[in-house]
Order: sequence, then structure tokens, then C-alpha cells
Amino acid sequence: MAPSAEVLTVRGLSKSFPGVRALDGVDLALHAGEVHALIGENGAGKSTLIKVLTGVYRPDAGDITFQGRPVSFATPLEAQHAGISTIYQEVNLIPLLSVARNLFLGREPRNRLGLLDFGRMHREAEETLRAYGVRVDVRQPLRTLGVGAQQMVALARAVATDARVVIMDEPTSSLEPREVETLFEVIRRLRADGIAVIYVSHRLDELYAMCDTVTVLRDGCRVHTGPLADLDRLTLVSIMLGRDLGEVRSEGLTKFTGDHHAADSEPVLNATDLTVPHKLHGVSLDIRPGEVVGLGGLLGSGRTETAKAISGALASKAGSVTVAGVPLRAGSTPAAIRAGISLLPEDRKSEGIVPGLSVRENIALAALPRLSRFGLVSEAQVDKIVDTFVKRLRIKASSPYQKVGELSGGNQQKVLLARWLAMNPKVLLLDEPTRGIDVGAKAEVQKLVDELAEDGLGVLLISSDLEELIEGSDRVVVLKDGAVVGELTGDDVTEDKLMQTIAAGSPGPGAAGEVTRHG
Amino acid sequence: MAEAAIRPAALDRARVLQWMQTYGVYAGVAVLLVVNIAVTPHFLSAENFRTQAVQVAPVIIVALGMALAIGTEGIDLSVGAVMALAASVTALYLGYGLVPALLTVAVFAAVVGLANGALVAWVGVQPIVATLALMVGGRGIALVLLPQLKDLHNPALASLGSGDVLGIPYLIVIAAALALLVAFVVRRTTFGRQLLAIGDNRAAAKLAGLPVRRVLMLVYVACALLAAVAGVLATARLQASDPTSLGNLMELSAITAVVVGGTPLSGGRVNIAGTVAGAVLIQLLTATLIKHDLPPSWTQIAQAIVIVLAVYAARGRGKR
Repeated sequence: MAPSAEVLTVRGLSKSFPGVRALDGVDLALHAGEVHALIGENGAGKSTLIKVLTGVYRPDAGDITFQGRPVSFATPLEAQHAGISTIYQEVNLIPLLSVARNLFLGREPRNRLGLLDFGRMHREAEETLRAYGVRVDVRQPLRTLGVGAQQMVALARAVATDARVVIMDEPTSSLEPREVETLFEVIRRLRADGIAVIYVSHRLDELYAMCDTVTVLRDGCRVHTGPLADLDRLTLVSIMLGRDLGEVRSEGLTKFTGDHHAADSEPVLNATDLTVPHKLHGVSLDIRPGEVVGLGGLLGSGRTETAKAISGALASKAGSVTVAGVPLRAGSTPAAIRAGISLLPEDRKSEGIVPGLSVRENIALAALPRLSRFGLVSEAQVDKIVDTFVKRLRIKASSPYQKVGELSGGNQQKVLLARWLAMNPKVLLLDEPTRGIDVGAKAEVQKLVDELAEDGLGVLLISSDLEELIEGSDRVVVLKDGAVVGELTGDDVTEDKLMQTIAAGSPGPGAAGEVTRHG
Repeated sequence: MAEAAIRPAALDRARVLQWMQTYGVYAGVAVLLVVNIAVTPHFLSAENFRTQAVQVAPVIIVALGMALAIGTEGIDLSVGAVMALAASVTALYLGYGLVPALLTVAVFAAVVGLANGALVAWVGVQPIVATLALMVGGRGIALVLLPQLKDLHNPALASLGSGDVLGIPYLIVIAAALALLVAFVVRRTTFGRQLLAIGDNRAAAKLAGLPVRRVLMLVYVACALLAAVAGVLATARLQASDPTSLGNLMELSAITAVVVGGTPLSGGRVNIAGTVAGAVLIQLLTATLIKHDLPPSWTQIAQAIVIVLAVYAARGRGKR
């Protein structure tokens, strides 16, 4: 393959948000006719990079050269006019307008009177879409199409605007296997036409099927760029997660002390065959009292969905959850909570804290019925609980009456833990319990998880931090594409084994249909 | 972090806005009182205060329920229609005595509240659309029940509208008692805390196992019941049932009182004292302009200015 001209060159791109350095001197070179994979875990900086390239964000530092000229896009529209088109995970077209109108939005053909030339529009729309394997009545509103067909319209629209670079952000997340094949067909045609494609996905199978080059981002830095064919899957996964292959570590860096003695007691939680369309395909696991079970897997493997299905926040279409032998009503959060299941959600801000209420009210929120008589809140009882947990978890707030929204991430997380511990749970589901919190709070939370397990709680631990997952868990269940692909026990609970399981395990292509917005 | 660098001017502006949102309504009431005492003849008389208070009482009662709905990040446009419905039902059932009539009114109001609540909580319709249906339909039903104005001659009802205890009109006593009750419910009950949590972060409230749907249903039932009370009291004061015009535009007056009183439309906070003061502010503003012979259109313009100021102050708190 002869190296062709660079279409897009990015040098030293940096972008910070308050408290976070999202991009730190990132370089990227994109050649004509190249399909370039852009990968990385949550928070690695992929979306920020895309948003800078498409004019959504302005970079703090660095240069972008597009077709030989330095550019600085102020708006997505400018980028699009210049020839950089983006297809997002979720179709961002207008559902009530016709398919043809959507396809030509912003560049509608007009007749001599300056009015829309519908005849031409419909003719051209049909021709264009036929090339993408989509045969529909282009006069129908877009929303009457399936998600896959809508995605194709978005793609056709992106390409039709004389794009030189097409950025695809998880384009297959809502596609059926057949539609994925059509998409690949289109990408091959783009490649042949000399158009450069940036392809963002977490599905290794797809990357290896379609991409020529890969760039891996981690914590806002570029950590690897090179031909994808040179990397085997295990190496790719290890680069992505930031672990050296065969790295031997005798002692841990986390605050976990290690094994708990769950031994042979009966499981406190049994989840069997959890099934959520497009997300989970028959996930089963159990947790014994005093045991920390880790849930491993890449972003989008169904970890969060598993926790949510257990806690009733996602309705499982099949399968069952039993707590201490008693089956739970599916899809009911209150029932799960009454049975003793507590979920610490991944997205603390949008699903955890109630920012405008005080520390005190946030801690007491779930336990309110128990702390009330005849519907009146017993302030004395609330004070007692709040006092206990503020001390035990060392929550730092100016007073119990401070708004939770004003606290640091670590303290917010502790408030949420306190909320659940006040319920005396049997099972704690912790989804990324230490994400985005400072080192000190992180160590405290890890220590607390250990203590809780020693006190006999069953814990399910989800973490993208491999160290935390490996050292915190007694056992790790590994998920991939919404199914269990392996379980690590005893001496096999190591990062290497975990990465091997992730790289090797395959529930078969097509079983995927994964939604990746939740980890 | 750039945001940590404090720019004095910006800080001062934020502080002023914050102050305005919390205390602006009380300052407004105080200013209007002082100005009126200074320039309006006969303003400082017991008779005038009585008139003003009796006029504002129904607005306060409706606004209390509206504050609850807004606290859940909702709204209830059907309150004016519920007042009309209460007037019609009162007229129809007064023959059986005041108490049976009032109980029937309560049943009608509860049904409206349940319908609103069910649309919002179970069907998931946006509150503004859900309650719009009964805003239109409710008055229609009221007019079907009683097509035109009807004079009511019932001594018990008349005394409810114009009687007093220790010189204080019943209307004022009832409005004050209800304000205290609602404030207590918001502050001290499980229901109140749950309501605020749902308004502030519904996803979190749901994951915390709160009975989100039940709380929303109760909020809309409470809102309808309070509007019905206001409707009955206004009818009692008129000694006539007037489903055509009673409660017209009341939903807007109530929303204005709530917003001017410092309760944000984004939910999660309910300020009952502010809501009462907001209703009083609008009433004083209207009375001032009328007493100085300004045309009613000026009242509307003045109200608009107050609303814009209140929304501007609320905006200053910014998004979290």
C-alpha cells in the first residue's frame, strides 16, 4: 500500500476542562483512503478529540491542518462545509421531516423561483440511497425507517456533502448484523474513493475487519499509533488499558487487603439468565456473603446493564434474580431495595446525588420511610443516622446542611454510600465507585469496600481501573458483548488472565447489538 | 482553573441576583407598602387592608398547590378550570346542604387531580400538555353542569364568604392556615422530602427507590383540591356561581406568584413564604395602579416587568 497524502494532520492538540485535562498534546495523521481506528477507554479523550476536529470545541493549544491548510473551525457547520462530516452514535437528523428532506437538509435543490425542487430532490435521494442498499419511499418521514436505515441516511448525507474525512462514532451500536455488513460495504467504497475515515468503536472484531491504522488514546494522551495488522488482540487490549504484558506485580497499589472468607456459604444473590434486548444476552452470576465479585470487560460489554438489571432499574425480559433464595419482581427498584440490593450508579451526578438537597437529606433519602412516623420525618432519627455515617465515612462538608452539589466528587460518592449503608443492604452493587474522585477518597472507598465485605455483605464491583478490579475482587466474571465469556478465580485473578479472557472470549459475532453509552 | 479566579464584578452581580431571588419579593412588597402609604389616599385603613387581603386569598391558595407542582419540575394549568368546576358543583349540590356540597366538590377535584397525575406519572405526558387538556376540558364540564351564572342564597355559604373570626375574614384565616399546612408538609414530611428530591433529580430519586409515581399523583391531587377550595371561597364571596369567568387566567396569576416568590421552575425547591409574598406583591401592584386610575392594561405591563425581573434573578443562579 503506497502511502498517500495526509488529509488531516493534528499536532500537539490540548484541551482542558475545569479540573480535567481531556487532551494532552495529541498528534494524529490521517491519510486519504485510510480507515483509522480511534480507541480508548472511557475518559481517554476520544469524544473530545472528535469534538475539537468538528468545531464543537476550540482547542487550548495545537494545530489542525486540513488538506494542506491550517484550519480552525468555529462551528460544526464550518467543519462540515470544509469537508469533515461526522456520524454520531445516535442519529441526529430530524425525525418528522421526509427522508429526502433529511438527506438534503441545508443544501436543498431549488427551482428558478427559489422554491424547493421536490421532484429533483426525491429522484436524487432515491438514487443516492439505492447505492447504500436502502430502498425506501423517500417521501416518508424519517422516523418511519428502522434505526439501521436511519443510520444509513445519516451516512449518505455525511458523504454526499463532498466530505474528505468522515468521522464515525460508534456507528454500529444500533445496527443489526446485516446492516453492519452494508455499512462495511460503504466504508470500503469510501476507502476506494480516497476518503479518510476515523472509526471509533469498542468492538475488536469490527476494528480488525475494517481498519488499516489504529490510534490509542489513554488519559488524554496518544499512547500508540500504527498499522492494526501488526498488533494482536491481546497487545491491543493491553495498550488500551495501559498495562504491560506479562507485568508481574507482587504487591498491590490499592488499599484492598485481599481475600475475604466467603467460603462455601450459600449465595446471597443469584442472577440467572438476565436478558435485555441489545444489551444483555443471558448473563448469570452469583455472589456469596462476604465476597467481592468483580465484573470485568471493556466499555460497552454490559457491566452497567448487568448491575442495573439486578437492581431492577432495567427490566430483564427473561431470567431471574433471587436474594437469599427469595425471587425478586423484575424491573422494580423499590422491590430490589426492600430485598436488600443497593446500587451505587456509575453516573454519580445524573443518577446518584440530588444536588440541591443537603448532605443530611441525601443520606436519609432512601431510608426516609423507616425514619418517619405517620409520614412525619423524625429529625432526631435522621440526625442519628447522618451523624453515624458522616463520622464513619469521614464525609467532609461544612455542615450536614450543606448542599451535596457543592461537595467534591469523593465526598459526594461517600454520601451516596452512606445513603445505601443506611438501608442495611445485603448486596452492594458498586458501578465505578472510585471514578473521578481524588486519590485520598479513592483509598478510603476501597478500604470501606473491604470492610463491608468482611462484615458479610455481598459486593459486585465494576471498575475500569484494572488494578482496583483485580485487587479488590475475590473472583472476576468477565463480560463481552453482553454475555459472560469467562470467570477468573483464585490465582487466576490477574490482569494478564483478565486481558486474555477479554481478547479471546467471543460469544460469536452478531450476538452483539451493543449499546455503549453506559459503560 | 479559570473559574477559580474570582472576578469581583461578576461575583457581585451573582450575589445581587441571588439576593434578589431570595429577598426581592419581600423588598418589593415593602416598597409598594411604603409608596402607597405615602401617596395613595385612604390606603392605610383597616377597610382597605381587608379588601386587599380578601381579594388575594384565593390566589394564595391556588399558588400553594402550584408551588408543589412546580417543585416537582411540573406545572398545573388546570387550576382555573377546577375553580370553575368547584363553583358549578357547589351550585348544583348546595340544595343538600353546605357540607355535602363541599364533599362533592372535593370528589370532583380529586378526580381531576388523579387524571392529571396519571397522565404525568404513568403515561409520561409533559405536565404542561397533560394539564392543558383539563384546563380546556374542565371548564367545559363546568359549563355543561351549569351553563350560566346562578345566584346562590345559602346563609352558611354566605357566612363562609363574608364572615370573620375576631375581625379577621374567614378567607384570610383559611388561606393562612393552608399556607402553614403546606409549608409544614414540604419541610417536615416524608412526602415533602420525596417531592423535592423528585423535582431536583428524578433519575436519582427513582434509583433510590422513591415512590415517584405515587408522589406525583398526590401532588396533582393536592393542587386540584387547593384550587377547589379557592373556587368555593370565591363563589362564597360572590354569593353566586359563575363558571364562565371564575378562575379565568388564575393559572397564570398562580404561576407568577410562585416564580416571583423565588421557587425555580426547574424544580427541587419550594418556597411557600415567598409564594405568599409573591401573590401579595402582584395584588398590591394591581391595586396601586388601579387606585391611581391607570388603565388595566398598565397592570398587565407591570406584572410582565415583575415576571421578567423574577426570571432574570432565577437565571442568575445558573445551571449546576
